[in-house]
Amino acid sequence: MLHKLTLAIAAFTGAVLAGPAQAGIGPQIAHFTLANGLEVVVIPDHRAPVVTNMVWYKVGSADETPGKSGLAHFLEHLMFKGTAKNPAGRFSQVVATIGGQENAFTSADYTGYFQRVPRGELKQMMELEADRMTGLVLSDDAVRPELNVVLEEQNMRVGNNPAARLGEQMDAALYLNHPYGRPVIGWRQEIEQLDREEALEFYRRFYTPNNAIVVIAGDVTAEEVRALAQDTFGKVPRVADIKPRLRPQEPVQEAPRTVTLADPRVTQPSLSRYYLVPSSTTARPGESEALDVLAHILGRGSNSRLYQTLVVEKGVAVNAGASYDGTALDNTRLSVYATPKPETTLPQLEQAIDAVLADVVENGVSGEELERSKNRLIADSIYANDNQRTLAQWYGSSLATGGTVEQVRTWPDRIRLVSAESVRDAARHWLDQRRSVTGYLVKDTRPEEKRS
Amino acid sequence: MSAAACLRAGSRALIALLAGAVVALAAPTARAMSIERVVSPGGIEAWLVSDRTLPLIALEFAFLGGSDQDPLDKPGIADLATSLFDEGAGPFDANAFHDWLERKAIEMSFRIGRDYLRGSLRTLSENRDEAFDALRLALSEPRFDPAAVERERAQIMARLRRETLNPNDMANRTWWATAFPGHPYGLPVNGTLESVPNITIEDLKSYTRRTLARDNVKIAVVGDIDAETAGKLIDRAFGALPAKADLRPVAPVVPQGLGRRVVVPLDVPQAVVEFGGPGIARSDPDFMAAYIVNHILGGGAFSSRLYLEVREKRGLAYGVSNSLVWLDRTALLLGHTATRADATAQTIEIIEQEIRRLAEEGPTEDEFTKAKTYLTGAFALGLDTSNRIASQLVQMQTDNLGIDYIERRAGLIDAVTLADAKRVAKRLLAGGLLVTIVGRPEGVTSSESAAGGSPGPLAKPRDTPAGRETGHR
Repeated sequence: MLHKLTLAIAAFTGAVLAGPAQAGIGPQIAHFTLANGLEVVVIPDHRAPVVTNMVWYKVGSADETPGKSGLAHFLEHLMFKGTAKNPAGRFSQVVATIGGQENAFTSADYTGYFQRVPRGELKQMMELEADRMTGLVLSDDAVRPELNVVLEEQNMRVGNNPAARLGEQMDAALYLNHPYGRPVIGWRQEIEQLDREEALEFYRRFYTPNNAIVVIAGDVTAEEVRALAQDTFGKVPRVADIKPRLRPQEPVQEAPRTVTLADPRVTQPSLSRYYLVPSSTTARPGESEALDVLAHILGRGSNSRLYQTLVVEKGVAVNAGASYDGTALDNTRLSVYATPKPETTLPQLEQAIDAVLADVVENGVSGEELERSKNRLIADSIYANDNQRTLAQWYGSSLATGGTVEQVRTWPDRIRLVSAESVRDAARHWLDQRRSVTGYLVKDTRPEEKRS
Repeated sequence: MSAAACLRAGSRALIALLAGAVVALAAPTARAMSIERVVSPGGIEAWLVSDRTLPLIALEFAFLGGSDQDPLDKPGIADLATSLFDEGAGPFDANAFHDWLERKAIEMSFRIGRDYLRGSLRTLSENRDEAFDALRLALSEPRFDPAAVERERAQIMARLRRETLNPNDMANRTWWATAFPGHPYGLPVNGTLESVPNITIEDLKSYTRRTLARDNVKIAVVGDIDAETAGKLIDRAFGALPAKADLRPVAPVVPQGLGRRVVVPLDVPQAVVEFGGPGIARSDPDFMAAYIVNHILGGGAFSSRLYLEVREKRGLAYGVSNSLVWLDRTALLLGHTATRADATAQTIEIIEQEIRRLAEEGPTEDEFTKAKTYLTGAFALGLDTSNRIASQLVQMQTDNLGIDYIERRAGLIDAVTLADAKRVAKRLLAGGLLVTIVGRPEGVTSSESAAGGSPGPLAKPRDTPAGRETGHR
């Protein structure tokens, strides 16, 4: 599973296809809705006789009932446990036998399942996905070991990793009220209590065609897919009404927060800061694109402000950067981070970061760095055409978080329109420490008996 | 190989090599593409798949000579050198070079392995000349400016500090150090906290001079380019290199410590387990049979024996898998899992039991057939980007498989019999395991060698690890 969305800058980098320089070579995206409410997106790519089938459900960890954290992700695991028609293991066995790839992922806003198979197998994949959309059968014998698997996954991703533990604490501190403050994988003591009944209840509430998006990328046409979709997903009845996704929102944030995680296993300290900022769904027009460019100029790669100032000029850090994750239903975060040199203290490092941010807030960005960043971001969208899964992910994740196909398609055009003023305005408005949390990862040097 | 097997596999590189009639059968809408052998005007060979669909070009290459060229008392030289190729070259300092690449959206990267230095380039067609020029400067005129060297050194030191108490890195490093004492394979690829500070600029230049040469590189190009242009651009990027490499010879070796368990204590909730033993060389006639056996035991799919026994039935781990690793002077079967402290002994026991059972009884007919169709299909389905296709073409060259390998591959898998698989399961799996564990495992302690390092036949394979697959869902 993916934690939140790791596509960072990719955010809405979807389409590209439409750039003038590329006229005529981008896929012709089709988008339609079946009678039962299921949305379908088709992304033709005829370079190889292969197809990627993705099913997205508009439900994630932020839709869980408080106290049941981890349920969306646990259900994702249980979706491999079979149906009356296709008992446990059959789906995976079919995929394995043809040499296909499959996996699934959960974020705060969506849950997705995919297979990459030869085009001739598409119908079978759609049938199997349609079957498990409402046909899941769970026995306690299947559920119990899977809960242990998830607990081991939590250990692997979080328990064994001090930086990930700090990240969880920072999210919890950044969000005072919104469920994005909970880890996607869940809090351990709550995961431990999850059971079969709760998983099934959650499934019946959210897994229904009117809450799903199917994205098919590959060697297919819209007409073929429409017929196949009607034959498979089209036969799944609606089993639930879906209510608007209204989560508790953040109050006015007035106080900068700091979080320190000390662990004896930290051998390299580091610092990061999350700012609460609008997502592509909550932003005013142009604002999310300005944040894409701002994050790029601040912290993507060796040319960025943070790297140039902290690593190259001042020599106080070994690394520094920033990222913005715009694909979210509610307000998301812009993060900056740096790893100090051994002789630099974290307060010195933080001061240096703040000076870089203050400079951008005060003086804005240069025309040159603006052009360089915009060109680079737009090129990302051309490169994306080389990877079916990337394209399918951009469309799926955007649609699952309140975006539209048109918004994804025109993202490069909107990046072209970003001005130096809008980047400066975004910096001025959103790089406000009162809406931030700063995290310090440090070595715990206390003797063992003093640690709890 | 049967046409049917190919059809199922489906990939552009694959389709390329089939006879016309089969291509038409395979997918009327897929473009027929072929792998061409291009020899540049300057005499450098590259394999090319020309595909004009998208306005981009992918280039992958590999120079023989990776961290195995590091002296035993100074690991990390090749890694540090490689990290500096794009940190200033020719007339450009690091800033000017990076500025140029980003302005033109040219993606260039280098990575070091035990046997090879690998590189990757991706560019929009419209910037291809500049992209290949930039690569020439990076390969032929890296500057190794002192300020850049210190920056990269500091980054590697930070990574090494992180790795010192990271359970995954610790388990992996301990495995290689125990299996290959006194051999370059036993050294960490990115060096140690002690060695990296002592690396001099002369060390970096010497490695680069000895390794980057025209007779020592395998190249593949995929994308919006024809053979003639590719030839010219290959010369532009690689033509300025010296004619001949001057590599230090490295001795063939077999893994030591089989039968041993090595526990490294660390206060973490989950114990990380690395297990492995001798593999089978890429050039060995039994390789394909071993590949099938590896898949049945713990390969990538959600249906391997270890996956079912350790994860599905008992919930002991999130990921458990193994893969064949073939290096230039050894071959291995390497596996990985992670489990809670009180289940560590049980998990290792199950893994060893499954390995024993497969060695003794061999695969069943059903899993053998399924493994064959999986491995036939998965190869082509994995080729999902231009760079991945190019990378596979480089691998075929470093493995000495021949330009028609994709055409022959399904047939090679098909030719393996169940009797072969049973025989090779014994050969592959009966040698004993070296297991390293990091954490607070209950009921597992370090042991002395039970089997000793059984001196098997010396491996004479070529090449690098097949990618390890772990973690699902």
